[in-house]
Amino acid sequence: MAAIDHKGVIRQFPELEWEASSGSLILSPEKVDEVVSWLKEDPAYRLDYLSCVSGVDYLEKEVKTRVRNEAGKMVFKTSLSPEKMEVVYHFYSMEKKTGPFILKQRVLSRENPVVTSLTPHYGGAELMEREVYDLFGIRFTGHPDLRRILMWEGFQHYPMRKDYVPPNDYEYEPTPHGDVLERARERREELEGQSP
Amino acid sequence: MSPVQTMPPRSYHIGKDDLGADILEVAMGPHHPSTHGVFRMDLKLDGETVVDLKPVFGYLHRNHEKIAEDITYPMSMPFTDRLDYLCGMTNNWAYALSAEKLIEIKVPERAEYIRVIVAELTRLVNHCLLIGFFVNDLGALGTPLLYALREREKILDLFEVLSGARMMVNYIRFGGVRCDPPDGWLKECQRIVDAFPAFLDEYETLLTENEIIIARAQNVGVVTREEAINFSLTGPMLRASGVNYDIRKVDRYGIYDRFDFKVPIGGHGDCYDRFMVRMLEMRQSVKILKQAIRDLPEGEIMGKAPKIFRPAPGEAYGRIEAPKGELGFYLISDGTPIPYRFKVRPPSFVNLTALRHMCLGHKVADAVIILGSIDIVLGEVDR
Repeated sequence: MAAIDHKGVIRQFPELEWEASSGSLILSPEKVDEVVSWLKEDPAYRLDYLSCVSGVDYLEKEVKTRVRNEAGKMVFKTSLSPEKMEVVYHFYSMEKKTGPFILKQRVLSRENPVVTSLTPHYGGAELMEREVYDLFGIRFTGHPDLRRILMWEGFQHYPMRKDYVPPNDYEYEPTPHGDVLERARERREELEGQSP
Repeated sequence: MSPVQTMPPRSYHIGKDDLGADILEVAMGPHHPSTHGVFRMDLKLDGETVVDLKPVFGYLHRNHEKIAEDITYPMSMPFTDRLDYLCGMTNNWAYALSAEKLIEIKVPERAEYIRVIVAELTRLVNHCLLIGFFVNDLGALGTPLLYALREREKILDLFEVLSGARMMVNYIRFGGVRCDPPDGWLKECQRIVDAFPAFLDEYETLLTENEIIIARAQNVGVVTREEAINFSLTGPMLRASGVNYDIRKVDRYGIYDRFDFKVPIGGHGDCYDRFMVRMLEMRQSVKILKQAIRDLPEGEIMGKAPKIFRPAPGEAYGRIEAPKGELGFYLISDGTPIPYRFKVRPPSFVNLTALRHMCLGHKVADAVIILGSIDIVLGEVDR
C-alpha cells in the first residue's frame, strides 16, 4: 500500500495545517466542503473511499515536557494542553489503491461541538457520524438524519466522553428496598450536577 | 437544542392520493427469525412495496470501546472475540495488527503462517454460515443450512483443539500466537481442507442454478459500482458490485503476498452475486490454506513482545480483510499501558448504510434476503 504524499494538498490550500506527529491534515471549518471535494476529484489523490470516522475527546490537562533552561540543565516544564474534540476521518483511494490519508476536524470547545458533515460527499459517513454524535455529542451540520443510534432515544449523556461517570445502578429497578434507591438517587444527582 | 433529537410526530394518514391509499408502518423485529439477531427494520409499506426503511439497532450495545479504554492493551484481546462472534480469529488478528503498528514487533514466520491458516478457516466458517442462512431466508428451510453447519462444525472442532474454545478463541497475541498447534492438528486440518471442495461442489449443484434462488435473488437489491464505493461498502458486498478491492491484495498485510489466489468479482451487484462471490471466495480460501499448510515452517511462535505493552504517544490504524469486509482498529496511545482511544471500525455496521437504498422499491420479502446478503452480526454492529 503506497502512502499518500500531502504536499499536493498543502500546495493547493496553503492555509491548512499539517500535523506531522499524527500525519494528518487539520481542516478549518469554512474550508471542509471545498477541500474534501477537491481531494475526492483531484487525479493525484482520488480519495473515493471513506473508511473510518472516529471521535476523540481530549480533556484539559497538564503536560510535562523536558526543556533546557538558561543554566543548560534539563528541567520539566509544565504547560496546559487545552480541551478539544476531534473527528478523525481515514480515507483510502480504491481507484489508485493508496492510503490511508487522515483528515481531522477539530473543535476547541467541549460545551457545544459542531463540525461539518461529510455525508453530501460520502454516503458511507451517515451511520458512522451518527455514532460519533451519539457517543460524543459532536453535532454534524448538514447530516440528513442526526439521531442517537446505539444508545436509546432519551438517554441524556454522551458515554464516550472522558468525563462521563457510568452509573453504579445497572440493575436498578424501582423497589421499596431503601438503600438501593438511596444509592441510585445519590448517583443520579451527582450525574445531573455534571451533565453537559 | 436539547441533546436528544426526537422523532417528528407520526402521522398515520400519509395519503398518497385522493383515494386515501395509506402507508402502513411495520416494525420488523427486533425479534424476527430473519433479522439474524436483535435488529429492527422500521418499514413503511405501500401495499407490499417498501417505500421507506430505517434500521434500528443498539440492543446489544455494551460500549466495548469504553471498556477497552479502562483496561490495558492485552486485556482487550478476549473482548474482540465478542465483536463478530462468528469470526474470533480475524478480530484478534485485526487488533494485534493495529497494536503491532504502535510498537514494532517482528512476528515470527511460523506465527504468520498459523495466522493465515486460522484466518482463512474463519472465512470458511463465516461464509458457510452465511450461505446457509441466506438460502434459509429464501425458503430452503433447514436442509441446506444444516449441510453448511455440518462443515462449519468440523472447523470449529479444529479451533477447539487449537485454542480451547469453539468461537471465543482468544488465540492471537501481540507478536505471534498463543500456542503451537498440537500433534496431529495439521494433519486433521489438511484432511478437512482437502475434503472441503467436495462440499462446495455438492452445494453448488444443489443451489447455484436453482430456479427459485435465481428468481428471488437476481436483480434484487442492486448496488452499482459507484454507489458501492460511495457507501463505503467493503468485503464481498463491494466485490459483488464489480470493484476489485481486497485488502489482502492491496495492503498485503501479514504474508499474503506469498500466496497465489484470485479475488472473485461480481458484475451485477445484486443478492445473487453477493451469494456467488462468497461461494467463489471459499474456493480461493481453500487454495490459500493448501499453500499455507504446505509451506508452514518450524520455529518460534512468539516474537519479542515487551512484558508491559506501553507504546510511545502516537496513533495507529490497522485493518484487515475480515470475512465481512474491512475490520479496522484505530488506537491512540498517550504513553500509558491503557489506550487513550480505542475505536473499532466494524464492517457490517458500515455495510448497513446501504440497506435502505437497496430495499427501496422492493417487496417486504425481498428486504429479508437483502438484509441476509449483507451478512450482519449484531455483536459487531452494536458493540
